[in-house]
Amino acid sequence: MRTFNLAVPSQLTAALLPDLLLIGGAMALLLWAVWRRESAAHQRSVGVLSIGLCVATLIAVVLMMFDRNAATDGPIAVDNFRWMADIIILLGTIGAIALGIDDNDRSGTTTAETHVLLLLASSGMMLMVAARDLMIVFLGIELMSISVYALAGLNRRSERSAEGALKYFLLGAFSTAFLLYGIALVYGATGTTGLHQIGVRVLQQELFSSPLLLIGIALLLVGFGFKVATVPFHMWAPDVYDGSPNPVTAYMAATVKAAAFAAFLRVWLEAFGGEFVSWHRAVVGLAIATMVVGNAIGLVQRNLKRLLAYSSIAHAGFLLVAIATGTEQGASAMLFYLLAYTLATFGAFAVIVVLSRGDAAVTTDDVSGLWLVRPWLALAMAVFMFAMLGFPIVGGMGFFAKWYVLKAALQAPQPQTLLAVVLVLTTVISAGYYLYIIMVMFMRPRREDAPAVPATPAWTRFVMVASAATILVLGLLPDLAVRYAAVGTPRLSAPSDMTGVAPSPPAPSFR
Amino acid sequence: MREFLLSVGYDRWILPALLLIPLLAALAVMAGGRAAEGEDEVLTGAANRPRALATAAFALEFVLSIGLWWAFDPAVSGWQQVFDLRWIPSWGVRFTLGLDGIAMMMVLLTTFIMLLASVGSWTSIRQKASSYYALLLVLTTGMLGVFMALDLFLFYAMWEVMLIPMYFIVGIWGGQRRIYASLKFFIYTMLGSLLMLVGIIYLGLAARQPHLVNGAPVMLNGAVEMIPNFSYDAIMAQVQLTPHAGMWLFGAFFLAFAVKVPMFPFHTWLPDAHVEAPTAGSVVLAAIMLKLGTFGFLRLAVPLFPAAAMNPTIRGLVLTLAVIGIVYGALVSLVQPDFKKLVAYSSVSHLGFVMLGIFALTVQSVQGALMVMINHGLSTGALFFLIGMIYERRHTRLISAYGGIARVVPLFSAILVFVSLSSIGVPGTNGFVGEFLVLLGAYRTYPVLAVIGATSVIIAAAYMLWAVQRILFNPLDKPENEHIPDMNRRELLLMAPLLAGIIWLGVYPAPVLRRLQPAAENFVRIVESRSAMSNTAMREGR
Repeated sequence: MRTFNLAVPSQLTAALLPDLLLIGGAMALLLWAVWRRESAAHQRSVGVLSIGLCVATLIAVVLMMFDRNAATDGPIAVDNFRWMADIIILLGTIGAIALGIDDNDRSGTTTAETHVLLLLASSGMMLMVAARDLMIVFLGIELMSISVYALAGLNRRSERSAEGALKYFLLGAFSTAFLLYGIALVYGATGTTGLHQIGVRVLQQELFSSPLLLIGIALLLVGFGFKVATVPFHMWAPDVYDGSPNPVTAYMAATVKAAAFAAFLRVWLEAFGGEFVSWHRAVVGLAIATMVVGNAIGLVQRNLKRLLAYSSIAHAGFLLVAIATGTEQGASAMLFYLLAYTLATFGAFAVIVVLSRGDAAVTTDDVSGLWLVRPWLALAMAVFMFAMLGFPIVGGMGFFAKWYVLKAALQAPQPQTLLAVVLVLTTVISAGYYLYIIMVMFMRPRREDAPAVPATPAWTRFVMVASAATILVLGLLPDLAVRYAAVGTPRLSAPSDMTGVAPSPPAPSFR
Repeated sequence: MREFLLSVGYDRWILPALLLIPLLAALAVMAGGRAAEGEDEVLTGAANRPRALATAAFALEFVLSIGLWWAFDPAVSGWQQVFDLRWIPSWGVRFTLGLDGIAMMMVLLTTFIMLLASVGSWTSIRQKASSYYALLLVLTTGMLGVFMALDLFLFYAMWEVMLIPMYFIVGIWGGQRRIYASLKFFIYTMLGSLLMLVGIIYLGLAARQPHLVNGAPVMLNGAVEMIPNFSYDAIMAQVQLTPHAGMWLFGAFFLAFAVKVPMFPFHTWLPDAHVEAPTAGSVVLAAIMLKLGTFGFLRLAVPLFPAAAMNPTIRGLVLTLAVIGIVYGALVSLVQPDFKKLVAYSSVSHLGFVMLGIFALTVQSVQGALMVMINHGLSTGALFFLIGMIYERRHTRLISAYGGIARVVPLFSAILVFVSLSSIGVPGTNGFVGEFLVLLGAYRTYPVLAVIGATSVIIAAAYMLWAVQRILFNPLDKPENEHIPDMNRRELLLMAPLLAGIIWLGVYPAPVLRRLQPAAENFVRIVESRSAMSNTAMREGR
């Protein structure tokens, strides 16, 4: 138990220890990666070292979390929300690097820097979820985005990859402009970039209907909307996801989204909690549009990566429901959802890594009759699909993720019944495509000319088994995670319970 | 007998044991059967291991569950054989099991039918038999769990879990259009049940309780932390709903159960799923899974929201739909060229009687509805088995493909005639008792609807007897029908208990009725008192 005084540089450094560990380690690994001649063995060893670094950072994060540290008001947050988000990000990074080792092997890529780029992107994300100042949020987003732009274009020989990378870069830059402009306007309206300070000043100076602030919030919403791929800012996602190497796609679909959502939620609850009435309708509209469109278009996809891309858009809609509640329960629900979603996404992409051959897209034809030739692979994929669908027991913690979000929506001070019903109905739509994959795997015969499915490489199998096991165990005994998360219930300092000038009575709090 | 059972602690371990045995057996079947699998398996030696293992497990399950007949005390109101465990303490979810008279009968019906379904799949499932039997076992756990669950969350989990095995059973081992049928079955059921989930969360939050760890309350932000409570008893006792909320919640639960029953406009998945499913799948669907829907009405939808369910408009609407289902199902059966589809549509009609009985809400009609639930399980289960047997021999279910086979397969014909009579509800068979009681009870509250419903008994006689005539008795004019082998010993063994049950319930239903009567009375009393209570509360509120 320790309270960091963030005004003191040494204590600020101590509060950023896990982040510094990751970023310092990433620099050292970058040197090591370019030191040696490119070779498959070197690529593997750098990959394994990167995983080691992530594990070390993970341990540091968990230690910080169990220390129950706190901090004074400052540019970064020391709270459990940050540590939980860090854990999700680091798990995703480990998954991406593990898949990347095998994918590089298979495609003959020998550049070891891919792993280091992932590490750099992750350190940007950790900064982002720690930030309690819009400038730091921006720094984190840029550090993350620039690394991911490079990762998206990794496959230089592929036209699709180049197209996707360019699209991602242009739209990413565009959305960054929105973010920056929004930050500038919010600063203009409130005179500060500190999240907590913004929240306090909005209440104290009664800026509820200041046009400058409202436009700023709208621009920030658009910027975050691009980053997490909500409808109507989602157009880039399917092309980019389709063109990138499989591990990078998984990383973008799960981890980038997780980090962006965590930062999104913190900014929204801490800085704009007092403006709930102004942004609530906009977020609800985005959530409904995203759930409906993402799931509806997912139905017609036959390319697995594009299908998962649309499913990831749909999940962004489900996560927006958690933000729209504007409560701490919404924040816990979002973290739980992100963990389940990350595990299921990496598991599903592990299966795609096994199935993919060269540059050709993996379609539903390739998995047809998979059960007959590789029953365990098909079973694992079925678990991941059921988890994304949110089915109890067989879908493991995927169900509890949806349930947690539903519960948060229904027990918010203003119950979000409409969002709950839309969530449920669009989940039924999503059954159309998740079940289609399961149906093809189990109920269709294997095509006569279908090539043999290659053996599962070791790291890929590790990702697959670890994700499936975690999903299933937590699906049967979610209390393991919930009790553990009770240590880590996010304590967002919403301005209402800090300043005493809040106009609304404290919300009834039951979990 | 009862003393003996209680002395071995039967009351305490029977329910979890009934849920656990199939799961363990499923693992054993998967592990033991993998080596023996081939493309088209021969039915000898090692290849029979999954079949034997699963059948043994089902037999054990049935034998154990028989004890409930004595261990259950009909005179005692309230839950019996209760089993209670913490499951997810921080969300207030418990693993609570218990039985009332209705659930007890349904558990017995389930274990009985599942044993027969396992025996009945012996020769018809030739591919991936170990996976098939494992799914059948998991399905058993899911269905029994729904009947036993006293925690709404557990109820929902079990409700969804039983969907998966049936989805795969229809989709992998089904007929020509199996993929379409299984997907339709899945999506329909899921749509209904997810809205029910929203309702369950709402109820759980409304009955919230303080969060206690080792007896001490957990504090959060200076107040005692409140967590949801999904216990059926707590929700029944504590939740006070506004009429508006009650209507919406009833709607959510109604949709979930009405799809499952199925009631008239929600029934379109049924003919597809029943026709495409393998024989045992159809039997389980008809005999047990449809009853889960009516069981849901009896356990949850009506007692939890009596004000909504007994609202004259809603009640009238549901009753009208039930009667439309009765007549419509019978009329559509009349024109089916496919015998299996005919039986499938007749289920819509029979289940309409159950709904009529439940919503007419007299002790007699409810008791009758419960009897129809059991009888339909026996008669329709037997019919689907018979269709499966003849299909295995001739590979067609078209009525017009047969004709005059009574002379070729006399034993089969005799049994088919007998089972058809029981399905029609001829006095002396089980079918008569249930539908008669429903009509008698419903006549008191809704005479017009009862009279319209009664016409379907005549239509039922028409479609069943006409179909039986065309299959068994018309001239034997097709040469391929001249050499069909008659029923073998395994098949006779399979039908014997069903026939015995049909006769027993037809001639001497008193022991069953005696056990169902307190449950029916209890149901009527709870619904009436609760709906009166909420009506007065509403009036005082104004």
